[in-house]
Amino acid sequence: MSELWEILLMFVKAFGVGGLICAGAQLVINLTDLTSGKILVCFMLGGVALTALGLYQPLVDFAGAGATVPISGFGYLLANGAMRGAQKGLYEALTGSLAAASAGVSAAVVFSFLMSLIFRSHTKHS
Amino acid sequence: MTGRSRENYNRNYIEYVNTFAPPTKHFKTCGRAFLVGGFICCIGQFLRYMLELAGLSGDMLAGTVSVILIFLGTLLTGLGVYDRIGRNAGAGSIVPITGFANSVASPAIEFKTEGYVYGTAAKMFNVAGPIIVFGVSAGAAVGLVYWLLGL
Repeated sequence: MSELWEILLMFVKAFGVGGLICAGAQLVINLTDLTSGKILVCFMLGGVALTALGLYQPLVDFAGAGATVPISGFGYLLANGAMRGAQKGLYEALTGSLAAASAGVSAAVVFSFLMSLIFRSHTKHS
Repeated sequence: MTGRSRENYNRNYIEYVNTFAPPTKHFKTCGRAFLVGGFICCIGQFLRYMLELAGLSGDMLAGTVSVILIFLGTLLTGLGVYDRIGRNAGAGSIVPITGFANSVASPAIEFKTEGYVYGTAAKMFNVAGPIIVFGVSAGAAVGLVYWLLGL
């Protein structure tokens, strides 16, 4: 029973933290009219900076997917890979970030290419 | 009408128009972003539990969760569903990793008509390119600093 309660609480935390990050981004869009590309870059860099300062890891431990699914989690992945690589040597320190993010980048490129083979543009043909 | 009074006139008019703008705009858009963003994160958390039961752990678990979410993002983009979600959800659909997938898949499909090399493959990185450029640069900087601190 307590285990079920814990899982439920984890969902609530993931929902709250992930939602708050998105609501914060929406507030930035409302107030500054930044385009979505710039928002993504800013939040990703924010994730890198917070991870480097050691502030993002506690958030990941607290909210799980609520902190890793938003784009700031991608920054967390990059910075975390670099920090782990730095313990092994200079080569791993410089290559660690992309190595850690390779699953996400590869998936985005491969799946997007596959989808472009299958689907046609909806804005031009609908 | 002189320039100055015209300016005043415009400002007064804009203020007048703003009195009719709904004051809850921030509340409404941020609320939607909160709900949609939170929901996508919950899907991520659900996948995490499912894959944990399947025996994955650590980096592989986190990586597989994002790969599945990215697959869903590109698939929904291809079906034209994601843009419909995005019209209402704003940042709630942009900021999660599915939004990153959408930003890669959307131009890839859109510019297919310009060929696979200069259309799909080149335009794919319209939005993802900057993220990878700044992300890898910042990551390398963090790695370098930590390596120097550890010497």
